[in-house]
Amino acid sequence: MSWWRPSDVGYAVRSKLADMGMATRLFVRLLRLFGQSMRRFGLVRDQVHFLGNYSLSIIAMSGLFVGFVLALQGYNVLQLYGSANSLGLVVTLGLVRELGPVITALLFAGRAGTSLTAEIGLMRAGEQLSAMEMMAVDPVQRILAPRFWGGVIAMPLLALVFNAVGVIGGWLVGVVLIGVDAGAFWGQMQSGVDVWKDLGNGVVKSLVFGIAVTFIAVLQGFLAKPTPEGVSRATTRTVVMASLSVLGLDFVLTALMFSI
Amino acid sequence: MSSVASLFADALVQLRNVTFGYGERVILRDLSLAVPRGKVTAIMGASGGGKTTILRLIGGQQRAQQGQVLVNGQDVGAMDMQQLYAARRRMGMLFQFGALFTDMSVFDNVAFALREHTDLPEELIRDIVLMKLHAVGLRGARDLMPSQISGGMARRVALARAIALDPELIMYDEPFAGLDPISLGTAAQLIRQLNDAMGLTTIIVSHDLEETFRLADQVIILGPGTVAAQGTPEEVRASEDPLVRQFVHALPVGPVPFHYPGPGVAQDFGPIEGQQLGGGRP
Repeated sequence: MSWWRPSDVGYAVRSKLADMGMATRLFVRLLRLFGQSMRRFGLVRDQVHFLGNYSLSIIAMSGLFVGFVLALQGYNVLQLYGSANSLGLVVTLGLVRELGPVITALLFAGRAGTSLTAEIGLMRAGEQLSAMEMMAVDPVQRILAPRFWGGVIAMPLLALVFNAVGVIGGWLVGVVLIGVDAGAFWGQMQSGVDVWKDLGNGVVKSLVFGIAVTFIAVLQGFLAKPTPEGVSRATTRTVVMASLSVLGLDFVLTALMFSI
Repeated sequence: MSSVASLFADALVQLRNVTFGYGERVILRDLSLAVPRGKVTAIMGASGGGKTTILRLIGGQQRAQQGQVLVNGQDVGAMDMQQLYAARRRMGMLFQFGALFTDMSVFDNVAFALREHTDLPEELIRDIVLMKLHAVGLRGARDLMPSQISGGMARRVALARAIALDPELIMYDEPFAGLDPISLGTAAQLIRQLNDAMGLTTIIVSHDLEETFRLADQVIILGPGTVAAQGTPEEVRASEDPLVRQFVHALPVGPVPFHYPGPGVAQDFGPIEGQQLGGGRP
């Protein structure tokens, strides 16, 4: 394999295109399997439980610390201009618009995405997916779709939990520890945060991140080489690709949502 | 050979002039064979010779590049997904290591296909599953997880799972590999019993000469890419074909070379210089 030989370059480009085509077709299939997945909601519910519930502790802990830090840094800057009363607003906007969806998605990729990839990859390595095919059961429908939709449902819920715990963290540091006025903290937050524009856009973001992260995890597991090395590489790729996609998508979405 | 001609006449599975390969590597070349209805047919041959590939072709997991794979007279390679899934409901396949679903109990593994394909009430599914587990002697192991049972048991569970939908064709990929003598004897007996009692057609891919020759009604030995011998175990054992002789009598010397093709000895180790091989160094 050498980059200067035209035939090798052509081969590489062609196989990349084939991979992208295959990924796109799988993505469209998963989207179209929404109705069918919801009809067998038990399978999706199990995945929401597995991906969501078991990620709760790490999400909540991270939310708390991010809230702490935001309040500390926010207070340091705001008090220079005598507007420490806006602390609640600053912390909440930062969380709801950006940090909540983004950090949740990054943690979700590390905590739930990797387990999805490894699970599907090992099922493939153990010929479980082949066995399923031979039983005339489509693995995309039975294994991939419930996991995909479970992840897509779990992600915004986790982001909301992250936001809520983050606000509590900000309150703990800002109001309880530093002594910002509690009325101002909550009052400014209430008047400054718009339910649709801020919270709603944050939820949309986390939904998009959920789709991206879960799809990458499911795809990598499905394409993993059926060897120990193949599964470990697929797991690594899930974290790298999902994290980069989340950060890239975040920039695009922020530009679209908040640039007016 | 009239026996072979009659086999083709009443065959459940037929491969006609099938060619298949991965990339440049051709695995099956212009291969034709027939699996008679109601019999146990064993496919044997050297490792990497395309035995498992034949099972995958019959199950429609791979498609032949040339030729036809007929099951019940229908070409598997020409089916769309829906037809293929319909055809697979009448096939059972036992994978080499069982391929049980590791996140489900033994009971749920066997019940899987029933729950996916039928609307049977749970009580009825329970009865069917326990009957199938009883047939493989593991009714008592219903609540165990795949990680808690031995390799031989896992294969018996997989067997119960493969016959859950009462298939007409069942395929075994290396059913005896890595089994202790007792499990091996049990497995062979089970394969025979299920074939005769349920009126199945059985295909076994195996290396185990003794057990397979005792069990099978018909043996097919694959040479490089094609059929080297086909007939009853006695006919195959009596074959004069050098490759079949090497295989059946497990001879290290014969048409199948011990050395994998590669550069010559002289090229890798340098020319041998007279008597210096065992000589001391200065």
